[in-house]
Amino acid sequence: MSVRPNTRPAGHKPPFWRDRAKRALVFQLLLTAAVAVFLFYIIGNVQDNLSARGITTGFGFLNNTAGFGIVQSLIDYSSQDTYGRTFVVGLMNTLLVGGLGVIAATLVGFIVGIARLSPNWLLARLATAYIETFRNIPLLLQIFFWYFAVLRTLPSARDSMAFGEVIFLNVRGLYLPEPLFESGFGLIPAAFIVAIIASIALMVWNKRRHEATGKRIPAGWISLALILGLPLLVTVATGVPITWDIPELRGFNFRGGFTVIPEFLALWLALSIYTAAFIAEIVRSGIQAISHGQTEAAQALSLPRNLVLRLVVIPQALRVIIPPLTSQYLNLIKNSSLATAIGYPDLVSVFAGTTLNQTGQAIEVIAMTMAVYLTISLLVSMFMNWFNARVALVER
Amino acid sequence: MIHNQTMIDQRPAPSNTLGPMAWLRANLFSSPLNTLFTLVGLYILYLLVVPTIQWAFINADWIGTTRADCSREGACWVFVNARFTQFIYGLYPRSEIWRANIVFGGFFTLIAWLAIPRLPLKRWVAVFALVGFPVVAYVLLHGGYFDLPRVPTHRWGGLMLTLLLASVGMIGALPIGIVLALGRRSNMPIVKSFCVIFIEFWRGVPLITVLFMASVMLPLFLPSGISVDRLVRALIGLTLFQSAYMAEVIRGGLQAIPKGQEEAAAALGMTYWKRMGLIVLPQALKMMIPGIVNTFISLFKDTTLVMIIGLFDLLGIVQAALSDSNWLGFSLEGYVFAAFVFWIFCFSMSRYSQYLERKLNTGHKR
Repeated sequence: MSVRPNTRPAGHKPPFWRDRAKRALVFQLLLTAAVAVFLFYIIGNVQDNLSARGITTGFGFLNNTAGFGIVQSLIDYSSQDTYGRTFVVGLMNTLLVGGLGVIAATLVGFIVGIARLSPNWLLARLATAYIETFRNIPLLLQIFFWYFAVLRTLPSARDSMAFGEVIFLNVRGLYLPEPLFESGFGLIPAAFIVAIIASIALMVWNKRRHEATGKRIPAGWISLALILGLPLLVTVATGVPITWDIPELRGFNFRGGFTVIPEFLALWLALSIYTAAFIAEIVRSGIQAISHGQTEAAQALSLPRNLVLRLVVIPQALRVIIPPLTSQYLNLIKNSSLATAIGYPDLVSVFAGTTLNQTGQAIEVIAMTMAVYLTISLLVSMFMNWFNARVALVER
Repeated sequence: MIHNQTMIDQRPAPSNTLGPMAWLRANLFSSPLNTLFTLVGLYILYLLVVPTIQWAFINADWIGTTRADCSREGACWVFVNARFTQFIYGLYPRSEIWRANIVFGGFFTLIAWLAIPRLPLKRWVAVFALVGFPVVAYVLLHGGYFDLPRVPTHRWGGLMLTLLLASVGMIGALPIGIVLALGRRSNMPIVKSFCVIFIEFWRGVPLITVLFMASVMLPLFLPSGISVDRLVRALIGLTLFQSAYMAEVIRGGLQAIPKGQEEAAAALGMTYWKRMGLIVLPQALKMMIPGIVNTFISLFKDTTLVMIIGLFDLLGIVQAALSDSNWLGFSLEGYVFAAFVFWIFCFSMSRYSQYLERKLNTGHKR
């Protein structure tokens, strides 16, 4: 193959469409212009449509009186409050079911995931059956199942199912005893916090001493005793400043105690069970991702089995588990918006449902709702990037 | 002369390492803790399986047409039986169901053809499935051409609508996802940031708000006088939502291709589109198939959400049938049937994706 000599005269520039940088610049300018024109077109249409329907834009509607009741609220709310407050109520209900769902899904998911790797054949098969059943059925169907087929077919208040005469379950929900705190109760959480701080200090001291002298005390057990024992001691010393308000049947319904509405129960159960199946798979694959050589090498150093797990396998498995785990948490919080299908008063159901229908401010309401979820996922992905950067293997 | 006293005593025969007893000992009763687990597991199994079998099979009613035929205490499958056509085709006119059947037949034939490795002409079948078949299916289902009577989209429903939403969402999302994934890896900062914003926006919001947006806000975005069919609105929402997830799967596949491949192609003087189309994407797509199947499974399950904006997919039509005053109180049967159908589809797809993963895994595994 002959090489053609470069016959281009000095000083000759190639035409601009052969220049990569210029081409990229032109392409990006065109793209920006196209997006701008598209947005301009949409905004124009929206303005035309809104003025045709007589809807004024803006967030002023948030100060108007809502006029509808909400069945569950963590803060004081009445139908005289504003639309802005319905947003807060909905958001807090979303975070409540999301937070409790994350806790339950993590617990169940880790147990099932570890059970799937158990040497016990039956246990492993049961765990597999759980995962394959709940992972492959749509979440909405599961929510409907728990709500319409289970909780709504429970007996009425008169024939409630009773658990030890203090907890009652009927078609109107779950009735739990409510703790009433008397004066002097504040000391108990204070004792709990003191115990946690003392435990951390003990751990740090124990580690330093171990590194310096090779001696160690069983700090884990001492901490556990401290965290459980100190609040208990304070409780007894202050004369048990808690009384329980136990629900009682009066007429057709229960009075007193703490009521969990069936919508919450159905949503929480379905979200936890569904997400736990995915978490179990993440836990399993995370543990299996650790090369067997790691365990063998640790055993060759004659580390006992619990230390092999604690110092070698689990830290490496967590590196694999945590990123997909956080995205499952995110999914759970996003999926909690299915509450609207059974009427649990979450953000989408209250704010993007009732408030939107009453005010007609579709753009503002949907934008605020989406902004909440976007903020949550942005925060979570920031955490994930930070975590990945922290635990990433430094190879070269 | 043998000195017997120097021999050690005979040991007992080693316990069996073969056979069912040995298997039981090794897998179920190897330690006290394991024995406890096995017994608890057996008890749970007993609590779950026995009543389920009694309810679903032994005490169930199968034959009949009205609720009066359900006299026993078990499941009333008569309900599902009586509503079966509706669960599959929605409110599609009875006389036109043959059209839906042809589409169903074609759909499953194409899927089977693409899924079974031994069948030939994969490329042409894939092109037909992605380009030709949607047109044929639309003409058949919607009608209005070739003397076929029109069937408006609000009469479509059931499993047919579920499959339609999932497949159209998928086929639409694939090209958008490829473009977004390439854009996200681009060197051009503006292109890259547009793609990142687009992907992260759709991935950050729940599908239900996307569907609300499609049904409430999309009419505001269009010039007045133009109205879009409700099904099309749902499809636009689903496709955009899905394309962001698809883009992330494709990006994962692209990242798995060593940089040397693209550099070598560039050294041969190939342009960007040739490098991508001939070198990088063909290799990456192969790796992405399991991920694509997984996103398809989640899309398939997510299609149930369209019932919230008033379309009657499989779950929607079951839910509607449950509120029929002639058939009140059979919610368990309805949900179990719907769950069974969804489960069959999702489970077989996930098994197929696992099979592909094993088949495509040419790396060295311990």
